[in-house]
Amino acid sequence: MDLRLGVPAPATEQERAAVASVLGPAASGWDGGDRTPADGHMAVGGRAAREQRHLLLPVLHAVQERIGWISPGAVDHICARLTIPPAEAYGVASFYALFRTEPSPVAVVHVCDDVACRADGAERTCQEMERRFGPEGQGAAANGSGVTWQRSPCLGQCDHGSAALIQHAGADPARVVLAPFDPEQVRAALVPGTGVGSGGTAVPQAAADRSGLRLLRRVGQVEPGSIDAYRSAGGYEMLRRAVTAGPQGVLRELKDAKLVGRGGAAFPTGVKWEAVATNPVREHFVVCNADESEPGTFKDRVLMEQDPFALIEALTIMGYTCGARRGYIYIRGEYPIAESRLVEAVRQATDRGLLGADVLGEGFAFDIEVRRGAGAYIAGEETALFNSIEGKRAEPRNKPPFPAASGLFGKPTAINNVETLLCVLEVLRIGGPAFAAIGTANSTGTRLFCLSGAVRQPGLYEHDFGVTLREVIEAAGGLRDGRSLRAVLLGGAAGSFVGPDALDVPLTMEDLRVIGATLGSGVVVVIDDTVDVTDLLVRIARFFRDESCGQCVPCRVGTVRQEELLGRLARGAPLGSVQREIELFADIAAVTRDASICGLGQTAVSALSSALSLNLVGASGQADGGRGLA
Amino acid sequence: MSAVFVEAPKRLVDVTIDGATVRVPEGSTLLDACRQQGIDTPTLCFLENLTPVNVCRVCVVEVEGSRTLVPSCSRKVEPGMAVHTDSDRVRTSRRMVLEFLASTVDVSLAGPDVGRWMAEYGADPARYGDPAPPHQAGQRDAARPGEHPVPDGSAAATVAQPVKYDNDSYVRDYSRCILCYKCVEACGPDAQNTFAIAVAGRGFDARISTEFDVTLPDSACVYCGNCIGVCPTGALMFASEYRMRRDGTWDDDGQTVTTTVCPYCGVGCNLELHVQDNQIVKVTSPLDHDVTSGHLCVKGRFGFEFVQRRADAG
Repeated sequence: MDLRLGVPAPATEQERAAVASVLGPAASGWDGGDRTPADGHMAVGGRAAREQRHLLLPVLHAVQERIGWISPGAVDHICARLTIPPAEAYGVASFYALFRTEPSPVAVVHVCDDVACRADGAERTCQEMERRFGPEGQGAAANGSGVTWQRSPCLGQCDHGSAALIQHAGADPARVVLAPFDPEQVRAALVPGTGVGSGGTAVPQAAADRSGLRLLRRVGQVEPGSIDAYRSAGGYEMLRRAVTAGPQGVLRELKDAKLVGRGGAAFPTGVKWEAVATNPVREHFVVCNADESEPGTFKDRVLMEQDPFALIEALTIMGYTCGARRGYIYIRGEYPIAESRLVEAVRQATDRGLLGADVLGEGFAFDIEVRRGAGAYIAGEETALFNSIEGKRAEPRNKPPFPAASGLFGKPTAINNVETLLCVLEVLRIGGPAFAAIGTANSTGTRLFCLSGAVRQPGLYEHDFGVTLREVIEAAGGLRDGRSLRAVLLGGAAGSFVGPDALDVPLTMEDLRVIGATLGSGVVVVIDDTVDVTDLLVRIARFFRDESCGQCVPCRVGTVRQEELLGRLARGAPLGSVQREIELFADIAAVTRDASICGLGQTAVSALSSALSLNLVGASGQADGGRGLA
Repeated sequence: MSAVFVEAPKRLVDVTIDGATVRVPEGSTLLDACRQQGIDTPTLCFLENLTPVNVCRVCVVEVEGSRTLVPSCSRKVEPGMAVHTDSDRVRTSRRMVLEFLASTVDVSLAGPDVGRWMAEYGADPARYGDPAPPHQAGQRDAARPGEHPVPDGSAAATVAQPVKYDNDSYVRDYSRCILCYKCVEACGPDAQNTFAIAVAGRGFDARISTEFDVTLPDSACVYCGNCIGVCPTGALMFASEYRMRRDGTWDDDGQTVTTTVCPYCGVGCNLELHVQDNQIVKVTSPLDHDVTSGHLCVKGRFGFEFVQRRADAG
């Protein structure tokens, strides 16, 4: 690789300082520092230089945070420091929504207008933002106020009814979450030192009967910022137990527990870990997928904010079991509070010898690195997540090979999401067979449900598997007064709508499969008779069009064609006839579902498919919430 | 005497394709197996001299036991696999991929195979409505990830945009780009290792781009032209070919191809000189040539002007 560097406007001092804040000072002229006579007598580069590629996202974050955008000069300097071709670095920077590659006002307000917030009047909030701060998405040239705003996909604050994330660039950068959000708050939030934002009680059960809580046991009870508090609440006993049992013992418990992943694919965790643990290729990696971005999902955020040490402990157990020395937590960039708590938890655990060269004095080494995403739903796909950590565009890889054979950096890798890892602690706490006794025969343990929409008490709920949709809604206080249930969006944007006739179906993997639905990430958006379902579908179609990585044709074009088709249906202006549109959609859905590379494309059509079969789609903007087509 | 390492002969693997048992060497792809059987399998992003990226999905086949269709270009055979290449699912997906591409991209120069496949699978790109007006120059390059104007569906989005003609050697007509990644691979690790272009942006706004869309002379481009050599749709084209097509003087049938050896250095690259009216109009190299695998450098690809400085030409 022969880099061609040099641009008309080189990096400024601030940009260089931002890069150096991650990479340290440049060692020589070879990596972007000042050229000295000695540089001419040696050559630096090769594999060692190229292997720094994984630092690209952290460096881009540093520049974005300090400067507000990533300039050609900054990219050029970053490329010199990390030995990356500028075209590739630009390809990465232009992939992620939280990076800007054109001059931008220093404050960008991302206003959530996704499914849950939408049902609570996000459009009114957006109109108010427009009134105060001008049209959406203005760049620096058109915008004199220093504040710009744009609509955002789900920010994972669905229990609050409205939410915004402010990226505030400067020497003392801030990411502020406001939930619930009122445009009135923006100016005050831009005052330095405001902190990382607000957020209320997310776990209504924590205030009531706590006896059924397992994964949420410590939430609201144990101070999340203190390792001592965590340990006195029984923390790190499971790591001790795991080390006593040995890797084989942990795997046996997981298999006895019949634990399956909670991220959506429901793959047996014990089988996954064993495949990595027994793979003779070294080195091994373990990764926690905390890129929770499915619209309507906020469970992992609550767990990470309220119980960060549990995740650190569980990932340490995973590393021990799988024979990994290094673990990564990839957390979405929209979760600043959770991220700061995890970083602090890693620091405290390292100080106490619970991470590092000799964990627990038991002679195994394990370190955890927290990596921040940059606004890409697709990065939650496991292989796209690996690419993102490696400093590449978050494009999914074709499978096989599966991560257990070739994952992060091409090495055997085990990856699970946050809820699954917390389940592992519970499996070790009560034992595999006892865990398997909870729930149903094939769906064992408890499950977290993210309730939002038209229920009295939105929030995070934990129930044993086997609970019905009706019970879940009733536990959240039922519908608001005078409203009647129209449908429920199960599993988020990638899930499907179910009608009132599904209320008594047990929410288990096997029962939902029968009715063609999925629990996905545990999303339950309750939709009453006041909600315009077609409007929600238009938003979901926009979401997939925006979040498709663009790699494969079925998803790249299929999501566009789906959105156009829905636009026609919402306007009541079908091409030909409604029947013809439905046939067209059947074809679009078939190829997108069947021939896309990854789960994003394969599920991008499921919400509309289910809504059509439930006859929920009609011209939008009707007082009755949109009449059906039939 | 030193030992000579001889690779063990490859095992043969039995797979069933459309009911017939096929025996292929271990490590072959399903596409290899299909081609061995003489089954016409459409491909767009696949090329023998590049690493399969399996993004176009037109070569998908149905493998029993697999939830979704699999790309035959990259999927390796496994013993006992049962493959269907002509099922309804396969035909639907191939038809739709061709339809999706033809409704968004100008595929008129994508070669006769594409037209044949579209007819065979019954692709009807017109059924998404009238195409949307073309983009302004630079408009697609400025698209931000995660944002787009919400369409009302009255017109079908396309990638139509003005041609990028910023150097003497070749033009980039991204209205014809199906985003097969071949040029990026050829510019990068699979051939040239120059990395002047990469995929930028996201989703439908993803595009092949230099850093910040700078012109090719301002980029790392070394004008090897290997991106042109692998482009399947005419999005990347010799400037000479572009000008002749624009002027209506390009004549495929009036051209001869002469194979020769590049005169510049000692590597011995085979050149195919495409000649029309006694003028070289473009240069290619055979994909199956041991030395080049189809790839050339700037001299072999573009350094032919001296041949044409004849006395009779003035």
